[in-house]
Amino acid sequence: MTMVDLKLHVNGKDVETAADPRESLLEVLRGRLGLMGVKEGCGVGECGACNVLVDGLPVDSCLTLAVWADGKCVRTIEGEARPGGELSPTQRAYVEAGAVQCGFCTPGLVMTTSAFLERNQHRLNEITREEIKRAHAGHLCRCTGYEMIVEAVEQALGREVKGAGECRPAPSLAEKHLTNERR
Amino acid sequence: MFDLRELRRARSVAEAVQLLADHPEARLIAGGTDVLVKLRHFDGQFRHLVDIHNLPEIKFARLEGDRLMVGAGLTFAETIDSPLVKEYIPVLGEACATVAGPQIRNMGTVGGNIANGAVSADTAAPMLVLEPELLVSGPEGRRHLSIHGFHTGPGQVALKRGEVLFGFSFDLKKLAGLGACYYKYAMRSAMDIATIGCAAGVKMEGGVIKEARLALTVAAPTPIRCPGAEAAALGRPLNDETMKNILAALEGDIKPRTSWRATREFRVRIIKALAERMMRAAAERAAGRVQP
Ligand code: FES
Ligand code: FES
Repeated sequence: MTMVDLKLHVNGKDVETAADPRESLLEVLRGRLGLMGVKEGCGVGECGACNVLVDGLPVDSCLTLAVWADGKCVRTIEGEARPGGELSPTQRAYVEAGAVQCGFCTPGLVMTTSAFLERNQHRLNEITREEIKRAHAGHLCRCTGYEMIVEAVEQALGREVKGAGECRPAPSLAEKHLTNERR
Repeated sequence: MFDLRELRRARSVAEAVQLLADHPEARLIAGGTDVLVKLRHFDGQFRHLVDIHNLPEIKFARLEGDRLMVGAGLTFAETIDSPLVKEYIPVLGEACATVAGPQIRNMGTVGGNIANGAVSADTAAPMLVLEPELLVSGPEGRRHLSIHGFHTGPGQVALKRGEVLFGFSFDLKKLAGLGACYYKYAMRSAMDIATIGCAAGVKMEGGVIKEARLALTVAAPTPIRCPGAEAAALGRPLNDETMKNILAALEGDIKPRTSWRATREFRVRIIKALAERMMRAAAERAAGRVQP
């Protein structure tokens, strides 16, 4: 199919890339932009490994046509850490709670947690366990048994949350990944 | 890469109708949460697509006189968050909240959930209770369809080829005083397909049931209303005896079958349990309900 030009705002940075209209957002993020933190598990919207934030909302990038993200703000795990590599509050909570084992599900989950915290900033102290589980129900994890993940989110609740659905300024890791990936 | 041949973007409903007329082999894609899964499994029927994803024209919820108009392009998440849906037809938002998981609810649309004809569609039972008119645009212009009879078979609906379902129109006068609720019975509390879905709508007057609407999914080859059970409820107080009669009549309304998810016998039990619970809960809501 004829290639189309896409303009994306990825992890705080404007990115232009050509893409095949048949490609999923997952394929463009990994294959064309080199963002390997986005994982493909099932490819059919069941597991959440491919979850990224599009305009602040968690979506399965395997079930999103790349052309649909044109002009949108996309956030992946590569944009989570602060400039200089300092972990985001969500990432720190995952590490400290032992919520990462093989790590395959982690990038998707962390993005969901960050979006969840940003959306609920005004009522962080009212959030229930049940609500946390519901918000993370679109993710499978084969290792942790989920308890540690819920605990990580609970720990992250007590911390400062940034972003509120906005793209954060470009962190260094993403900059490294995003250069020269146009094919 | 998806096994696509053509992807044509429509910038309006009119353009979508035109594109479908010009390319009879093409199907619509909106949220993509069904179509892209089918394409992933190499379903040849979806290789030519007309794309109405995120089309602003069909993302609305607004009042027009006595009617609430809801765009087919609203995602489940947008429907849940809509203040008008919360105020006038909360049962629809509650049903949307039971669909799959958060990521799917951010993509999948209410229109797609009805137009794809799935017998397990979570919005089908509440829609059958709320009785919106379906707003359809096609080569011969616009027409309104009833939700009753819209589902014609498993995965089949009354849309003609080339027609686009672009919205729902709810008659708020007829909904005044109606208490409604929905329950999805599934194996898991998220990321699952309904084993049985049940919605009820009840109006009470002077201690008796003035109107009863009972709808089920996966209880027959299509989502259904239950005329027998509804007739058994009319004009009666909602007590144990009435409930017994409703459930007895209900047996004539349903045709559940055995699948790997559940046996026929199990489904019948769940249907009765849900019907009773939803009728009672709907009646309670009706009692507490402020008339809009
Ligand atoms: S890879 Fe996208 S949901 Fe599993
Ligand atoms: S840590 Fe291995 S799948 Fe979640």
